[in-house]
Amino acid sequence: MNLSTKWLKDFVDIDVKPRDFAEALTMSGSKVEGYEIEGGELSNIIIGKVLSIEKHPDADKLHVCQVDVGKDEPVQIVTGAQNVKQGDIVPVAMDNSVVAGGKKIKKGKLRGVVSNGMLCSLAELGLTKNDFPYAIEDGIFIIQEDCQIGQDIREALGLNDTVFEFEITSNRPDCLSVIGLARETAVTYDKPLKLHQPQVKAGHGNANDHLSVDIIDSDLCYRYCAAIVENIKIEPSPRWLRERLRASGVRPINNIVDITNYVMLEYGHPMHAFDLRYIDNAKINVRRAKDGEKITTLDGVERNLKSDMLVIADANKPVAVAGVMGGEYSGIMDDTTTIVFESACFSGPSVRITAKELGMRTDSSARFEKGLDPANCMPALMRACELTEMLNAGEVLNGFIDCDKSDKTPRTVKFEPEWINKFLGIECPHDRMVKILTDLGFKLDGDDIIVPSFRTDIEHKADIAEEIARIYGYNVIPITQLRGSIQAQLTDKQHFESLVNQTMLSLGCSEIYTFSFISPKYYDKILMPADSPLRNSVKISNPLGEDTSIMRTTSLPSMCETLSRNYNNRNANASLYEITTEYFPTKDNELPIEKQSIVIGMYGQDVDYYSIKGIVEQLLDNADVYDYDIEAVSDNPSFHPGRCAELSINGQYLGIIGELHPQVLENYEIGMRAYAALIDFDTMYNNRKPEKQYKPLPRFPAVTRDIAFLCDDSIPVLTLQRAISSAAGDHLESISLFDVYKGKQIPNGKKSVAYNMVLRSKDSTLTDTDADAIMKRIIKALTALGAELRS
Amino acid sequence: MKQQLEEIRESAHEMLAAASSPAELEALRVKFLGKKGELTAILKQMGKLSAQERPVIGQLANDVRSFIEKEISDRSEQLKAIEVKERLEKEKLDVTMPGKHHILGQKHPLSIVLDELKEIFLGMGFSIATGPEVETDYYNFQALNIPKNHPARDTQDTFYINDNILLRTQTSSVQIRVMEKQKPPIRVIAPGRVYRSDAVDATHSPLFHQIEGLVVDKGVTMADLKGTLEIFAQRLYGKDSVVRFRPHHFPFTEPSAEMDIQCFACHGQGCRLCKGEGWIEILGCGMVHPKVLSTCGIDPEEYSGFAFGIGLERIVMRRFNIDDLRLFYENDLRFLNQF
Repeated sequence: MNLSTKWLKDFVDIDVKPRDFAEALTMSGSKVEGYEIEGGELSNIIIGKVLSIEKHPDADKLHVCQVDVGKDEPVQIVTGAQNVKQGDIVPVAMDNSVVAGGKKIKKGKLRGVVSNGMLCSLAELGLTKNDFPYAIEDGIFIIQEDCQIGQDIREALGLNDTVFEFEITSNRPDCLSVIGLARETAVTYDKPLKLHQPQVKAGHGNANDHLSVDIIDSDLCYRYCAAIVENIKIEPSPRWLRERLRASGVRPINNIVDITNYVMLEYGHPMHAFDLRYIDNAKINVRRAKDGEKITTLDGVERNLKSDMLVIADANKPVAVAGVMGGEYSGIMDDTTTIVFESACFSGPSVRITAKELGMRTDSSARFEKGLDPANCMPALMRACELTEMLNAGEVLNGFIDCDKSDKTPRTVKFEPEWINKFLGIECPHDRMVKILTDLGFKLDGDDIIVPSFRTDIEHKADIAEEIARIYGYNVIPITQLRGSIQAQLTDKQHFESLVNQTMLSLGCSEIYTFSFISPKYYDKILMPADSPLRNSVKISNPLGEDTSIMRTTSLPSMCETLSRNYNNRNANASLYEITTEYFPTKDNELPIEKQSIVIGMYGQDVDYYSIKGIVEQLLDNADVYDYDIEAVSDNPSFHPGRCAELSINGQYLGIIGELHPQVLENYEIGMRAYAALIDFDTMYNNRKPEKQYKPLPRFPAVTRDIAFLCDDSIPVLTLQRAISSAAGDHLESISLFDVYKGKQIPNGKKSVAYNMVLRSKDSTLTDTDADAIMKRIIKALTALGAELRS
Repeated sequence: MKQQLEEIRESAHEMLAAASSPAELEALRVKFLGKKGELTAILKQMGKLSAQERPVIGQLANDVRSFIEKEISDRSEQLKAIEVKERLEKEKLDVTMPGKHHILGQKHPLSIVLDELKEIFLGMGFSIATGPEVETDYYNFQALNIPKNHPARDTQDTFYINDNILLRTQTSSVQIRVMEKQKPPIRVIAPGRVYRSDAVDATHSPLFHQIEGLVVDKGVTMADLKGTLEIFAQRLYGKDSVVRFRPHHFPFTEPSAEMDIQCFACHGQGCRLCKGEGWIEILGCGMVHPKVLSTCGIDPEEYSGFAFGIGLERIVMRRFNIDDLRLFYENDLRFLNQF
């Protein structure tokens, strides 16, 4: 909402600095986003008249003008514009002047000819075609206003207003008007609000003889007022009116249309004017549209109507979409003689749905959908008629049409000053509260506050508290601390999450944040089978685009995408992780299950499968997750079939680790091997064993033994290790793999494996004989697996 | 013999002093004190001495032996010290050369600040609550006093799954879930992802993060709201931070406000950073609407409360002077490694 200061001054006597005004209104609840002092930066630009124009002697495209600027001598100005003629009235930027954008103009020579300034275009004055529709954009602004030669341009064009841009919240449609903001201004500055009662002469006839109105769907239309104006003369509005519209950001069109816009801005109530000729049977029905009905709106688009949309119809057809836009043929034409002014009140939600379904939000619908005051219909209509008479735009007929189905019971709220003081933590005297409320238009009737009809937002004593608070001053409210202490601590799971984060960071992985929504195509990119249940994702019905159209069931694509971006941005190494959420649909009308997952991704010079496996092992170990199983899997299509393992614990799936499949790497344009792991967060959390028990430090010396053997290459080392551990029994303190060798001197299909073992007894010094016995058992177990001891 | 012993003492003293290595020292020890050494050779002739002379010479021989042993040991210490000194001199390093680094992971900037916020609120007695991101219309809108077709829905362009299920547009939905489950006193924050149908650009993202806060108890006032949030601002931005509360509108709080912090750069005078306003918006807040309390089964005559919502990205962008929100979700290591 743009507010012209000149217009505001019709209602409040106010003279303050723009910055102070913006601050004061913002702090009392009407946020000022900014302000513009019209023509504020223009200086020394005056009105001139072109006395003569000649070609520049040395330049084809330049002209030399002699311009009368109201001084003794004309000034000579060289221009490159092609639209200037002798006799034109033009804006002249004199020597040492400033045009829009702060550009300084000085006299100089153009191809050897002296130029004492510059003729200005609209843009150089900070204006657009909207301001002066008759002007052209690419040429000098040829002024058609009443003005004097030598007059300052700001005065001549009425560029001496200050316009404030307000951000009005959706609960205050009454402030989308000059009067509404004037009321806020008056209360803020404790000044009287000067409201004006429109006076209409309406000498002859009776509107009711020319038009009858019936509200058929009174649930969607609360009131419909209309006036008829005969013998209208369509012409441009006077300058003061055009200037006010312009300052408010509305393009002047003609007197009748301008009047409807003027009233909408002043009263906050949208008006509509239409040609009575096209109303069949002089009958207006306000009703729901019939399915299949069509209307071509003012913008020339044919619209299909539905039965939940309200229309203004004549005896046969819709002539307007109620509160949104009029029909094409009902508009004001050059030959229009009799018009109807409509000032109605429609249901906010209905207008909102209609505007949305038709994809046409208008100034009118934006106001109606917030819920307008039916009591404002008649004053707005009267104001339109008053302006019509004032502008001599036509003859207003006597007898206004008023079809009123609105509920006129005033809303009341109990006045509870003690509660308000307690709720806000202030001590505002009662009489101060009463004054604030009265100034805002409320009335007090005993303990009841009668809410003015234009305050559709007030229903509860908390709303009253806000009215008091914002005028009393939010920043006058004291600052106090909460009483009573409450213990707060992280839950076990929150602690666990923080442990996982710390561990991942200390393992050298950097944290990433990826979008939770992806494209269904991303599943193809990770080679997810067409029939995979993971393809069943939560779908967004109105996505921004395909790339963000479904909620992911796996975070692998998000990680691949991030690896790819880093690779392609030439980051040589990457180790990344994220604790993500994945979304699994349930039944149609139930919420999906949201599961957390730890996703890890890596690539780089020294990175291989065992790097990422090591990170997962250390993560699990540090998170107190032990005794999980690990098994090679070759059928996960996202991963290399020979370099992928699945983890499980207590029979539950725990996660997967692997090298990305070459095809996946290609799909993501990653030019080297890359690795990923996904760990189920809840499974990890539920299977952790955080309780720790101290074990006494060993008192007896250990014996260390190495063992090396040949076995089938196909036996996983985990199988070998488990065989050794179970054969060795309790005395095996630790076992570590120190060599796996294939190649020279080793038969094909075999590998050489070497372990180092630490043997120790809790209660005595282990003798060589004891150790030999253990080794014997180990060798026996390995032999059973087909292994053969190397000397 | 006496003279012989004195000569041995004399020559041992000179030779030991000249010894320049442990090996030389050892050779001298053998030469003087060894089984075939000079001192031993003399002692072997003791038998030839008279009974009066024997103890005197014996005493002298022992003295000479002790003297030589001590000289050897002293010289050995000396040599060791010289050797150590020489070694240390040789081992001198350029101590300004770069150290060896371990690779550490880097916390995401959003997490850095989020963790800080969590810590501030934990310290003020707020627990951390969570709720689903895919949410019902009821929790995201209706229970928050935003019925269907309410114009306030326009300011939050919503992703819908169907008529009834949507991606939450605000973490305020968690307020309702907490109040349904927990009786007052309540003090929680709820950080999380929220979704709005805004196309991606430098300042907009269809996914961003909010931190919701909720306090409900007997006798909670708007003055308490101001006190709590002012402390929060001072812990986040420093003790000298100045805040102001500006009226605003949220359907689920009444009165509603936005909290601004005085611009750090211009101290309220207006500059480029604060777009000339002198103030920077930090969060939205207000007293929980009595209708919302009733909806959750909390009697608004007995209890009152306040709520607030903080946009994480905006705070992080300001903290690190980041001018493009997209960087957070692109996760380029050249960006991540800067924090």
